[in-house]
Amino acid sequence: MRYLPHTQEDIDIMLAKTGQSSLDELFTTIPDELKTKKPLDLPKALSEWDLDTHMEGLASSNISCRDYKCFIGAGSYDHYIPAIVPYLVSRSEFATAYTPYQPEVSQGTLQGIYEFQTMVAELLGMDISTASHYDCGTALAECALIALRKNKKANKIAVSSLVHPSHRQVMETYLRPSGFEIVEIPRTKEGLTDATALETMEGIVGVAIQSPNFFGNIEDLGAFKTIADAKKIVFITSFTESLAYGLLKNPGSFGADLVAGEGQSLGIAKSFGGPGLGLLAGSKKMMRNLPGRFIGRTKDANGNDGYVLTLATREQHIRREKASSNICSNNGLNAMTAAMYLATVGKIGIREIAQQNHDKAVYLKSSLEKVGFESVSDSPFFNEFVLKAPKGFSLKRADLIQNQYIFAGIDLEPYYSDLKDHYLFCATEKVSKKDIDQLAKEVTHA
Amino acid sequence: MKEISDLTFSEDAKYTKDHEWAKLSNDTITIGLSDYAQDQLGEIVFVELPEVGDTFSRGDEFGSVESVKAVSEIYIPISGEVVEINEDLEDAPEQVNEDCYEGGWMIKIKPDDLSEMDDLMDKAAYLAMLKG
Amino acid sequence: MHKQPGTKGLIFNEPQLWDKSREGRCAISLPRADVEQAPMDERFIGDAPELPQLSELDVVRHYTRLSQWNFGVDSGMYPLGSCTMKYNPKTNEVQAARQGFAGAHPLVGDEFSQGALKLMYDLEQHLGEITGFPAVTLQPAAGAHGELAGMLMIHAYHAKKGKQRSKIIIPDTAHGTNPASASLCGYDSINVSSGKKGILEPATVAALMDEDTAGIMITNPNTLGLFEENIKEIAEIVHAKGGLVYGDGANMNAIMGVVKPGNLGIDVLHLNLHKTFSTPHGGGGPGSGPVGVVEELIPFLPVPRIEKNRKGKDLSTYKFVTDCPDTIGRMHTFYGHFGVMVKAYSYILSMGGEGLRKTSQLAVLNANYIKESLRDVLNLAYDRPCMHECVFNDKLQKEHHITTMDMAKRLLDYGFHPPTVYFPLVVEAAFMVEPTETESKEDIDQFIDAVKAIALEALENPEELKKAPLLTKVTRLDEVAAARKPCLRG
Repeated sequence: MRYLPHTQEDIDIMLAKTGQSSLDELFTTIPDELKTKKPLDLPKALSEWDLDTHMEGLASSNISCRDYKCFIGAGSYDHYIPAIVPYLVSRSEFATAYTPYQPEVSQGTLQGIYEFQTMVAELLGMDISTASHYDCGTALAECALIALRKNKKANKIAVSSLVHPSHRQVMETYLRPSGFEIVEIPRTKEGLTDATALETMEGIVGVAIQSPNFFGNIEDLGAFKTIADAKKIVFITSFTESLAYGLLKNPGSFGADLVAGEGQSLGIAKSFGGPGLGLLAGSKKMMRNLPGRFIGRTKDANGNDGYVLTLATREQHIRREKASSNICSNNGLNAMTAAMYLATVGKIGIREIAQQNHDKAVYLKSSLEKVGFESVSDSPFFNEFVLKAPKGFSLKRADLIQNQYIFAGIDLEPYYSDLKDHYLFCATEKVSKKDIDQLAKEVTHA
Repeated sequence: MKEISDLTFSEDAKYTKDHEWAKLSNDTITIGLSDYAQDQLGEIVFVELPEVGDTFSRGDEFGSVESVKAVSEIYIPISGEVVEINEDLEDAPEQVNEDCYEGGWMIKIKPDDLSEMDDLMDKAAYLAMLKG
Repeated sequence: MHKQPGTKGLIFNEPQLWDKSREGRCAISLPRADVEQAPMDERFIGDAPELPQLSELDVVRHYTRLSQWNFGVDSGMYPLGSCTMKYNPKTNEVQAARQGFAGAHPLVGDEFSQGALKLMYDLEQHLGEITGFPAVTLQPAAGAHGELAGMLMIHAYHAKKGKQRSKIIIPDTAHGTNPASASLCGYDSINVSSGKKGILEPATVAALMDEDTAGIMITNPNTLGLFEENIKEIAEIVHAKGGLVYGDGANMNAIMGVVKPGNLGIDVLHLNLHKTFSTPHGGGGPGSGPVGVVEELIPFLPVPRIEKNRKGKDLSTYKFVTDCPDTIGRMHTFYGHFGVMVKAYSYILSMGGEGLRKTSQLAVLNANYIKESLRDVLNLAYDRPCMHECVFNDKLQKEHHITTMDMAKRLLDYGFHPPTVYFPLVVEAAFMVEPTETESKEDIDQFIDAVKAIALEALENPEELKKAPLLTKVTRLDEVAAARKPCLRG
């Protein structure tokens, strides 16, 4: 096996040093009755080229192996990834390093992630960002736990029903064993979170609003901030589409205390939903409550600038059962990827890409409305929106995937039972006017 | 770490076995960490303190001190209500290392029962305990 | 002595991104707008974020230079104890990058994602075979996330039985993630000491185990690199009081094909695909933390789960199932770190069953060889046959005022990544070496020579040693200043 370097001679010499006569004898401290008697029942080892064939076989039974047109998002977005991003991030010095516990030989990771923290804080208008979390759902669950632990007098948190359904489920999983409760804030006809419903809620420690929300609509975060302040509760915002903040007013400018986001749009492959990138940012006063790693700037013994992991006393390896979270591994390499992406597109690029996403989505919406789809709200949106489909669309949609490799919208009924025939569409900079026109033409014949 | 003979111990303070000190002046008791404790902990990078108005019973944890790689709880020697905290420690936690009996004080409390002071060790008893 | 790998060479200074930024530069050529611009509602429009403005070469040089300040497994031996820094095969990266995988959207529907589903199903089966559990979930995003999933299942199990319990027993050798995960489920951690031999004694557990204790969390082999020989007896004690046994499988690399945790009385176990199954650690992640469970815990597994439908003789289809009334719920927005799963799957297929067994044998051989080769120059914490890692400390160097940290830093100058230091906490100033099976005898011999040379320096020239490292881009950093006045952004 090409990963195992030992020759028989090496093994013999090394065994002699250990005083054992065979490889099996190395395991003498394991009682015999605990050992497995049978060899592992696994497929026989494959050569590299047999592996290629096998894996391509699997990959090609995913429809995604085709050059497809993506009109869906819902937390995983089809954006252009500049060639330099995967090229640079695959440098083995980044990819094959451990967590930077030895800063003298980890300055690459450390400066890279420090720059990531800086750019995320800038993108979101927040004071600080952590070095990353698993995904938006888990980051949001951590935000809810921060709010709930800060306020011992109540055990409920208000969460918009337009927060991504999976994120709400992850929050439930995290909160249930501690006896914490989620109260859902209903939505309005306009596809927005019902602020008046929140106003009447009692006994809550915080509120979580997603913007752009699951329907793609932009929430009036300022209004929710006002309510949160009046109630003296923690104001949490989230988002699934990071590029929205290339165009939109950021959550920090609305006074968010905590922000959880999905960073997959920032140069990271969709990869069937993971690994993505959990973004987690906060105001300065939340610094010691935030979970996971931080990189800080300092000096070395010779006065040179350098970076280290810092504020580690919040973390599990020091505080153990009293840690702010159990997180250890985060999504570091994807944070590095996002930093590379942000550095690549820069101030000019992110604005233009965000604008194009919005333009294409507006064009897609109006194109579909012309061929029988019904608008359900006039709320401003970024690159996703909901439409009510004409009869027969669901069959047409399956046919489009199967035969034309066009993914046309996500059926909302499984998530919101009252939304029969409603679909969530998305357009990114990767779809052209031609693609949109083709989709409109195809569905006309539905 | 220093030898015990190199450490200083305030004459007018009383001490606990957990190495906090308490000093009475007028009606309030000021509380901090002894020179021995700060020396053991090493360079302190953060002090977590309660809020004014919080109440504690003797022996309760009222905060913690952090070095780069350790966290230690601090316990209140006397029951009472916090009336003042040393806000300077937020920006200058090194005060606990450099000046533990003056600039490095942590909280002031209004004691519930002043007689609890009698249960604490004076300097001589505390030194005897340290020397084992 | 062989020539050591560490030497000096030219590396570059590189400022922070924004110091290179010049108004008007952009490293991406934007597509021409082909639809009319649609103005955003003014209430919501913000300023463009102040990201750096750079050319493509600016970005490429920046990250190339940064990368050169890093040490990875591809650079040299990385013997971090309990981290299993083995070689990360490159073919794994090629497999995960295939358009059919990397380009897969998670919500196109099962029917159009059969390749991904089959891969996940088969990986679950393979991991189940390796660990001896009838069911596995791949959803947890990292080891600690897997621990949380496992503890949530234990919590849900007791809830279903009608009486929740309040405590969990955790040995002092455990990773910090164990008590932190237990706390998230509301369990109080009851710390228990390992015995004189560095392993848990059944009597210690029996004295603590009661009907208010949810179970025990055991790492086996433990973080001292020792096999918990009494595991079966301990499991029986815990089971007799209605508790469950959580297994931390972080050290699975020692026992593949030798022992199946599912046969040891362990009820739920997490693995780290980024340790045992060769996926790269990425400077901190992403990892993946699959969890295997016994029959009784299957109803509590997170959703969605994957099911296989047999259609006819050869044709099988796969689907996600969410209709599981007792599930702990969802752990991840989608299905976990699929990209990482592809790499682990490709590793298992490349190794085969016999290859995995050989992997563990050689990992244990390498560790024992190092243990025997260094026992005269470093103090051995436990003088017993070890598994995949061995733990020393600085007791022999103390009289020269040389610490584990000094020796670790000096190793950098010799061209080796230091071992895990100051963990596990039960060994004072631990120096914990896990070579892994992919290091050759020559590289290990070089490492041994380096440690011996450093031990000699500790005797002869301790003052110089305190200044180490001397060849790295920066030397020891002021962590106190970093923590006192945190500067977390530029």
